[in-house]
Amino acid sequence: MEQFIISILVANRSGVLTRVSSMFTRRGFNIDTLTVGATESPEFSRITITLSGNKAICDQIVKQLEKMYDVSKVQVMKRDSTVARELLLIKIKHTPEQRQDILSVTDVFRAKIIDFSPEALVIEIQGASSKINAFIELLAPYGILEMCRTGLVALERGGNCLKD
Amino acid sequence: MKLKGAQIIIETLIEQGAKTVFGYPGGQVIDIYDALYMAQDRIHHIITAHEQGASHAADGFARATGEVGVVIATSGPGATNLVTGIATAYLDSVPLVAITGNVPNSLIGRDSFQEVDITGVTMPITKHNFFVKSIEDLAPTIREAFRIAKSGRPGPVLVDIPKDVQQAVYEYEAAPVVEKDAVPEICMDSIAEAIKLIKESKKPYIYIGGGAITDNAGEEIAALADKIDAPIGCTMMGLSAVPTDNPKWLGMEGMHGHYASSIAQNEADLIITAGCRFSDRGTGNVSKYARNAKIIHIDIDASELNKNVKAHLGLTGSMKKIIAALCENCEKQEHPEWMARIAELKAYTEELERQGNDITPFTAIDAIEEAAKNAGEDIIVATDVGQHQMWAAQRFGFKSPRTFISSGGLGTMGFGLGAAIGAATATGKKTVLITGDGSFGMNLNELATAVTNNVPVVVFVMNNGVLGMVRQWQTLFFDKHYSNTTLQRKTDFVKLAEAFGMPAYRVGNMPGITCPKDCENCSNMDNCIGTLDELKAVLKKAFEAEGPVLVDCTIDCDAFVLPMLPPGGSIDDIIVDPTANN
Repeated sequence: MEQFIISILVANRSGVLTRVSSMFTRRGFNIDTLTVGATESPEFSRITITLSGNKAICDQIVKQLEKMYDVSKVQVMKRDSTVARELLLIKIKHTPEQRQDILSVTDVFRAKIIDFSPEALVIEIQGASSKINAFIELLAPYGILEMCRTGLVALERGGNCLKD
Repeated sequence: MKLKGAQIIIETLIEQGAKTVFGYPGGQVIDIYDALYMAQDRIHHIITAHEQGASHAADGFARATGEVGVVIATSGPGATNLVTGIATAYLDSVPLVAITGNVPNSLIGRDSFQEVDITGVTMPITKHNFFVKSIEDLAPTIREAFRIAKSGRPGPVLVDIPKDVQQAVYEYEAAPVVEKDAVPEICMDSIAEAIKLIKESKKPYIYIGGGAITDNAGEEIAALADKIDAPIGCTMMGLSAVPTDNPKWLGMEGMHGHYASSIAQNEADLIITAGCRFSDRGTGNVSKYARNAKIIHIDIDASELNKNVKAHLGLTGSMKKIIAALCENCEKQEHPEWMARIAELKAYTEELERQGNDITPFTAIDAIEEAAKNAGEDIIVATDVGQHQMWAAQRFGFKSPRTFISSGGLGTMGFGLGAAIGAATATGKKTVLITGDGSFGMNLNELATAVTNNVPVVVFVMNNGVLGMVRQWQTLFFDKHYSNTTLQRKTDFVKLAEAFGMPAYRVGNMPGITCPKDCENCSNMDNCIGTLDELKAVLKKAFEAEGPVLVDCTIDCDAFVLPMLPPGGSIDDIIVDPTANN
């Protein structure tokens, strides 16, 4: 199983996210992460999907996406020429004795404490998914109260752009 | 000119070439029906008995002509009644535009009376669908729906229009008929590669699907078959693309395909596939499919390449042009050994399909063809779904494309009568509906539509009192547990047809209705089946009728569709004689 990042430029219209995601469900493709947001043009939104599978599945997904009325561009992102980031907000239990340890982990990972209360800390971290996974693993023993990941956003390095 | 939204809808339909539309009025389309009333000299509307029938009629209309079929239904139940019809069209790539009314924008999302999110419901069964929020988008959206429906691989498009948009007034200006999207150019490198594969092949086989009819590629296919000395097999959807009397023609392959066609496909070393998606009904177990062959796959839809079966070479584009290019650039090939083998397979198939003098599904079909010929009718054949459909697909001869109308992908029982009405209305040709008592029972209400509009449909019910296809599986794979397939109904189809206002004839005696014997479980129906002479006499009368007519013909409930590849099985498991010990 390989991981693929697919960037999709779609029309900024209501219902488009449903159409795209329901195509995955309908054809039995699994989505690992999905993000959607604004682009430089008000006419388009950009969806970034990560999924695990083989190349044949990835090819089929791209072709199915390209058929869709609202989809204007699809690109499978190449690992070595792509910058990809994810954001995590994580809420950790803490005791006064543990606090220093948590703070040093946060520091090492260049994460940020964005809320501090006697019962819990909320930490923000962004980076590649592997870094975020490692961070979560280190914090797990303190007790994760809740967490929220954005899923991956990605851009190609250099001057090439995903444009209509 | 300023028009009401409802009038803009009708004007846009007319402008886009719709001459006959099917539908059913209701609260949220009453404005559209008012506009239809005012435009009745320019557009013909046929009201069916049920919206499902209307959707199948629009589908049959499109299949018989290649034009975009149009169906109109009201919101809520009207719209949901279209769903099976839309899905049927989607699975068989039929161009269809469905117009539905919806509650006014102000009531949307409030679970209002007869409100349903039909764009949500039909999202996975349409090429695309639209909810027209405002009047300025109305005409452009309908034009866009036509463009999408007929471009590339055709399919259904639904346009949902809330009532306030139908009532709003806006400027309308007629536009020309929308053009289909341009087809990708032929890649000459791929053509060269394909020709190399053809040259290397000693046993080529051409395999065509519904795309051959959509792209009207029959002549090109026949020419290629001649040039490279290859037999032509097809999916059910590919039937009628090439005349069945073509010497290279082997007919349908797959689960219930002709023996020669399926076996030849398995023995081929090259399969040139065009306009076909390698459906499981065609391939059986894909891991054992065409093990000896390289595959060239030609399709207008790039996503079909490598979807179900991995091809050695894929070509996207118009199959008509690609096949013509192959034919033009290829040298003449001769494969006498392969052709001798094909002839041998064909002879064996003929042996398998040889008939006696009793009424069997095949002799009944032969009698229908003979009666049509005697009446000078160039018929269209429509079917429902089940055993009768496979018998029709196997047995009928076809001279020209779009003369076999059948639900392939979705396998929609109840499709036939509506579709036959649509096809007959579109072409004016006598349309023979081959149906079974099970399928016919699903949407027989459309007899009313046939009678009202005096549609030239011959409804031929192969009546065996059972759901024959499921019964066949139960016989073969479920130890004869005939669970819910022995119908034991008392429906007299002749009286029924007469009640609808059309003539009807019976051949044979259905147990429980007219059979004097009390063979409730139909274990032996020999005594109930009529004679071929009776059938021929009845068919002669049936073909004399101008409008609709029904023939109720008793057939044996244990007649099988053969050969058969068991579900999930492969060509290795082909059943030719189910009584043989396997």
